Amino acid sequence: MKVRIPSPLRAYTGGAANVRAEGATVADVLDDLDRQFPGIRFRVVDEQGRLRDHMTVWLDGERCRDLSAPLADLDELVLMQALSGG
Amino acid sequence: MTSVGEDPGAAIDPTAGYRIEDRDGLDQPGPKVLVGTRKGLFVLAGTEDRRQWSLHGPGFLGHVIHHAVVDPRDGESLVVAAKTGHLGPTVFRSQDLGRTWAEASQPPAFRPGDPHGRAVRSVFWLTPGPADGPGSWYAGASPQGLFRSDDRGDTWQPVDGWNDHPSWGEWAEWPDVEGTPDGSMLHSVNVDPRDPDHLYLGLSGGGVFESTDGGADWAPLNAGCAADFLPDPTVPYGHDPHCVRQHPAMPDRLYQQNHCGIYRLDRPGDTWQRIGDNMPRDVGDIGFPIELHPRDPDTVWVFPMDGTDVWPRTSPGGRPAVYRSRDAGGTWERQDTGLPERGWHTVKRQAMTTDAADPVGVYFGTTSGEVWGSADEGETWRCLASHLPEIYSIEVASTR
Repeated sequence: MKVRIPSPLRAYTGGAANVRAEGATVADVLDDLDRQFPGIRFRVVDEQGRLRDHMTVWLDGERCRDLSAPLADLDELVLMQALSGG
Repeated sequence: MTSVGEDPGAAIDPTAGYRIEDRDGLDQPGPKVLVGTRKGLFVLAGTEDRRQWSLHGPGFLGHVIHHAVVDPRDGESLVVAAKTGHLGPTVFRSQDLGRTWAEASQPPAFRPGDPHGRAVRSVFWLTPGPADGPGSWYAGASPQGLFRSDDRGDTWQPVDGWNDHPSWGEWAEWPDVEGTPDGSMLHSVNVDPRDPDHLYLGLSGGGVFESTDGGADWAPLNAGCAADFLPDPTVPYGHDPHCVRQHPAMPDRLYQQNHCGIYRLDRPGDTWQRIGDNMPRDVGDIGFPIELHPRDPDTVWVFPMDGTDVWPRTSPGGRPAVYRSRDAGGTWERQDTGLPERGWHTVKRQAMTTDAADPVGVYFGTTSGEVWGSADEGETWRCLASHLPEIYSIEVASTR
């Protein structure tokens, strides 16, 4: 599936804003991303498997914080940064 | 290549912003002052006589740099504690003073399934390990976790003896309070130069703790320290040390700038003495940093801040000054020559340091983005850089 990468994470993807990754769940896709782009997962998900406060995942236009959510029939996952900073 | 679709960003190097590109003067001999800020890393490069300084950077523009430290054991390994407003905490390493960077392949993190549910919010404090343990580092975090690397900061392991200590939940006050460098964190990791298994650390909040077995077990070390914010002033822990320093030439001597005063402890004694009682009453003895003369265990510098009323934490009376003691805290002298007559400075706990030259250089950075330096042990001050982002840390490195 296509994964949209927000600008804070493109240091890991060689600057790519869109990449491909596979998996049955959000967590699986993030694991696949980390295999391709080592280190990217830990910037998004903490060591207890929780999506970090200022990151969001969007599936089919809906915000999702459940990393076990299935991805059947979806062809795009959007990673975005949430409100933070100043 | 796994990128897909239109990707105008792919043509640029996304890590270019990490690098410190302007190298003129940076790769010459002389002191380097590493300035960690809320918005990136800067380096002040000094001539060997410390008369001329040039500012380089930023590296990591937009990243929060809590601490940047060059390994004194090799004079070239730079380790940086970083995060951004969105992304999780990590550690970057450079072997060429910021020209190129590598991220830790295993950043500091609690163990999955942690019984407290802890996750590192910020890597806050970095301390090189003992002189005879090349490549070893300690990191303090928010919440109050301790981590160790034995490969120059590439992979980090939890120090289980601390993080999983049965009393951690009692010792670590307000672990969920966010706001680093404010709020809760583990800081001031001190490794005894005579015995690498002898460690001290500070918790905000929680107090000072000591281990004599390499971090396997710990005990509080707070007798004599005030805890004015607690109903029982004689508690064994729950204090708020802001910065704790062990003297390298007299390792039995500790100094501490606490939320409630300035203290000294001479081991094997176990009761801190409030040397801040000897400060002028109208200045008080509240502040964040405390810095040591590298050779004279009796000489120490502090940067007092207003801890009255609602705790402005700015220069008392709007008159910034460093205070120095040359008799282990028995008396203090005001050092403000060259500093502005009026100013409302805040200096964070990591934002003051000394160099190893003779006379000793003293440096501090303000939350208003100024770096001040003295090449004569605080007698006179000059502004070395201004208009920087909020300064979180200042460290000096004598690089090769």
